[in-house]
Amino acid sequence: MTERSSWPLYEVFVRGKRGLNHVHVGSLHAADDEMALHNARNLYTRRNEGVSIWVVRAEAITASSPDEKDPLFAPSGDKVYRHPTFYTIPDDVPHM
Amino acid sequence: MPTADEQRLHEHFDATIDRDQRVEPRDWMPEGYRGTLVRQVAQHAHSEIIGMQPEGAWIGRAPSLRRKAILLAKVQDEAGHGLYLYSAAETLGADRGELTGKLVSGRQKYSSIFNYPTLTFADIGVIGWLVDGAAICNQVPLCRSSYGPYARAMVRICKEESFHQRQGYELLLTMMRGTAAQREMVQDAVDRWWWPSLMMFGPPDGDSPNTQQSMAWKIKRHTNDELRQKFVDMTVPQAEVLGVSLPDPELAWNAERGHYDFGEPDWAELKRVISGDGPCNAERVERRRSAHEDGAWVREAAAAHAAKQAARKEAGA
Repeated sequence: MTERSSWPLYEVFVRGKRGLNHVHVGSLHAADDEMALHNARNLYTRRNEGVSIWVVRAEAITASSPDEKDPLFAPSGDKVYRHPTFYTIPDDVPHM
Repeated sequence: MPTADEQRLHEHFDATIDRDQRVEPRDWMPEGYRGTLVRQVAQHAHSEIIGMQPEGAWIGRAPSLRRKAILLAKVQDEAGHGLYLYSAAETLGADRGELTGKLVSGRQKYSSIFNYPTLTFADIGVIGWLVDGAAICNQVPLCRSSYGPYARAMVRICKEESFHQRQGYELLLTMMRGTAAQREMVQDAVDRWWWPSLMMFGPPDGDSPNTQQSMAWKIKRHTNDELRQKFVDMTVPQAEVLGVSLPDPELAWNAERGHYDFGEPDWAELKRVISGDGPCNAERVERRRSAHEDGAWVREAAAAHAAKQAARKEAGA
């Protein structure tokens, strides 16, 4: 019953329409890249949900920890001067 | 005794749940949370896959090309829903092949409703209206489940379920506008599916030991009885428009409660069907087992083809 495991796991990304980024929609198993693409079309775009699909072997993805407390993201926390709201400009300055 | 590290992780997990934020796959989570979710998501996935059978039985006998195309699309959706859910279960570390193994060996369950037979084409309409209607009641709150991949799969599924319910209701409306025999067929199907549909929400709250923990973890958002009441309240006016009666003499509007009162489902029957003794349990599982085994050569051939292509590519490079 485990022979299916020899079909690798692919992550699927779909571009909803022109002008939008590809967005992760889920995963599937396939024997190879081409089958992954076909399966992704059948599984994730049955109702015009996309105009372009990316499939990528899950094992090929390098990921950060999703934990928001991860120190990876801490350095951006104290740099408020990177945001436009950090700067006080008089109300009567136009177009800013 | 949990280590200080585990305690800190646990506190962080609890805080995420309290803030109504989503838990994501690589977050630390208590083993009980993971186990409960794997069981619930797998059971849900199995239900979608087994759910293809009662309706699939009518694809070849659909009365028109239009109804056949609709039914094909619906059964294909159910396969899709099963796969979205297996995909969510895998993010918790479950193995898809193992889950299928547990289904066909009876170690994991699926919704009791799919163990009833589809005797006439009116059953197809009633499944869309009542069974998918009940599923929508169950599933809409799960779009806010605390586990991210499960909640996201539910969002996709709920969008598609709406088509399922409407096609069923429209089918029944069409039959009700037909001959007396067709109207009888619809009433007969409603009589057979009404009580099993109410049982889809599970045992009464007093007899549902896992509900409290699942609600604390925000895996589940409402109790079985709350959802059952919501379903009855939604469905009674739909039955009136359709012109069918619901087979429950105790069904009556209660102005004081602002809800319909209704009779008690036969819980002994639910227990029997869940424990494997429903009208079609053996047939459903056997069909799934043989489909899986008969498809083994396809999976092997595809894997062999992929290996050959990869080897060729390597030799050419």
